[in-house]
Amino acid sequence: MGKDMIEIRIHGRGGQGAKSASQLIVEAAMDQGRQIQAFPEYGPERTGAPMKTYARISDKPIETYEPVLEPDIVLVIDPTLIGQVDVTNGMKGDGILIVNTTESSSEIKKKTGFTGKVYTVDATGISIGLLGRNLPNTPVIGALIKVTGVIDIKYVEKRVEGMFLKKIGREKTQANIDAIKKAYEEVKE
Amino acid sequence: MAAKGKTVPLTGNYAIAEAMRQINPDVVAAYPITPQTSIVETFSKFANDGRVDTEIVRVESEHSAMSACVGASMAGARAMTATCSAGLALMYEIVGVASGLRCPIVMPVANRAISAPINIHCDHSDSMGARDLGWIQIYNETAQEAYENVFLALKLAEHPDIQLPVMVCEDGFITSHCVQNVRIYDDAVMKKFAGERKPIHSLLDLKEPISVGAIELQDYFFETKRQQQDAMEKVPKVYLEVAEELSKITGNKYGFFEEYKMKDAEAVIVTMSSAAGTTRAVVDKMRNEGKKVGLLKIRLFRPFPYEEVARALSKAKNVAVLDRSMSFGAHAPLYGEIRNALYEMEKKPGLQSYVFGLGGRDLLESHVRQAFNDMLTGKVSREKRYLGLREASE
Repeated sequence: MGKDMIEIRIHGRGGQGAKSASQLIVEAAMDQGRQIQAFPEYGPERTGAPMKTYARISDKPIETYEPVLEPDIVLVIDPTLIGQVDVTNGMKGDGILIVNTTESSSEIKKKTGFTGKVYTVDATGISIGLLGRNLPNTPVIGALIKVTGVIDIKYVEKRVEGMFLKKIGREKTQANIDAIKKAYEEVKE
Repeated sequence: MAAKGKTVPLTGNYAIAEAMRQINPDVVAAYPITPQTSIVETFSKFANDGRVDTEIVRVESEHSAMSACVGASMAGARAMTATCSAGLALMYEIVGVASGLRCPIVMPVANRAISAPINIHCDHSDSMGARDLGWIQIYNETAQEAYENVFLALKLAEHPDIQLPVMVCEDGFITSHCVQNVRIYDDAVMKKFAGERKPIHSLLDLKEPISVGAIELQDYFFETKRQQQDAMEKVPKVYLEVAEELSKITGNKYGFFEEYKMKDAEAVIVTMSSAAGTTRAVVDKMRNEGKKVGLLKIRLFRPFPYEEVARALSKAKNVAVLDRSMSFGAHAPLYGEIRNALYEMEKKPGLQSYVFGLGGRDLLESHVRQAFNDMLTGKVSREKRYLGLREASE
C-alpha cells in the first residue's frame, strides 16, 4: 500500500476483545519502529453491543484524532454484525475486508455489496479448537498479517507473550500464538 | 542532560500515571471517575507493587480527595490527585481553598462534559467552569505532552514565587484512552528533575508554628486575593524558566502556545488539546493545496498570555477560534480570551467563534476545513457558529 498512513477499523461486539486486537496490532507496529494510534469508539459500554475500534500506522507522526472514516482495512470479528452494521462504510474499492466467518468471500461480497478484496477466516472455529473458548480477536490478527503484511508476525508473537504470559501461563499463551499462526495459514480469498 | 528514555505504546492516562510514578509524590488522594479512572488505577498498582512509596488515601468523594490533598500540602507534602467532570464539580469548594491557601497541588484532569444530560465524553466544560478559581491550567494535545507537562506543572507549582495549584488537562477518551507512541524518559533523570518539595511553611515545622485556614473578613481577605493575582502574574516568567530546564532533557519546546505554519498564514485557527492535532493535519493538507492556513494551539490557558497571543495573531487576516465548551449567554471561553487579547491592537484580524465537540461529538477534518474555508473567504461575523451540530450543518 503506497500510502503514508494505514487506517484500520475493527468491528466487534462489546466484550469480544476488539479493543485488545487494535492495541495488539499497533503495539507490534510500534516495535517495528512505526508511529501508531489506537482508540475505541466509546459509546455506552455494554456487553454484546456493536462497537468499533480504530488503528492507524504510519511512518510520520499521526496528528489527527478524527475517527477512521475511510479505512484501508476492515476487520469484522463478529459475522452477525454483517447486515446489522454498515461494516464497509467509507471503504474505497481497493480496500481490504477481512471477516471471521465460515462463509465464503463471495457470500460476504453478496451480503455487503463490497466490490474490493474480501478474505475470510474461521477465527471462531480456530479459537474454540485451540483455546477451548470463542475468542476470535487474537486469531483474526493472523489473517490480517497474511493478507496485508502491515505488521510482522514475530513482533505480534512477542507482544502476545508480553500480554498473556504472566496472566495465563506458557501453555495458554502458546495456544494463542498457535491460533494466530493457524489463522495466518487458513485465511482465504 | 538529554535523557533518551524508551518509546512505549501508552494511553494518555497511563502516560500521566507514569509521570506520577517518576515523581513519587508523598500523598495521592483520589476518587475514580470516568474517564480519569485509569490514572488512579494505574498509579494504585504502582503503589501496590512497591514502585512508589506514596501514601494513597482512599477517599469517599472528590470533595474529600481535594481536602486530603490540601491538608497534606499544608503539612509540606507533595500531594497529587486527578479528576474530571462531576468529580471536579463535587470538589469545587476545596479547589478554591487549594489556590487560596497556596497549595502547589498538581491535578491531571481528563476533560469531560458536565451533566445534564448525563454524558461521559469529552468537552472542556469541567475545567472551564473552574477557570476563575485561581489554578494554573495547561491543556495538552497528546499523551506525550500530558506526560511531560505533569513535570512542568510540578516545578511551576512549587516554585517559591508561585505556590499555586495546577490542572494538567487532556481530552477525556480522545487522549486519555488513545494508545500512542510515548517516550518515557529515564527514571533517574526525571526523578532528579522533580526533586523534592521544599515547602516555605509547613504545619509540621515546630520551629515556625503557623496557622492555616484562618478567617479573614473585611480586614485582610482582599489583600490575600491580591497576592494570588501577584503570584499568577509571575507564572509566565517561571513557566519559561522551568520549560527551558525541561527542554534540556526532552528536546521539546513548551511555549505558552504553539505556532504552526503561522508565518504567512492568512487564515488561522486557535484551539486547544486534541483538536489542535486534527487541525494540524488539515493545515498540512491545505498547505499542499497552496492555502495559507495556520494553527495557534494554546497550552497555557491560566494565566492567559494575552500580549503574546496578540502578537502571534497580528499578521493573520481572519482568525477562527474553536471552543470545546460554552459559556451560556456569553462568549465561549477561548474565543472570549482571544477577543480580549486583540483589543489593544490597531489592526485587528477578523474573528469568528466556533463551538464544537460538546459531549464527545467528533471533530472531523471536514469541520476544520469548513472553518478554514470560511476564514479564507472572509466569512467572519459576530454570530455564534457550531461545527458538527445537526441544526447548523443542515
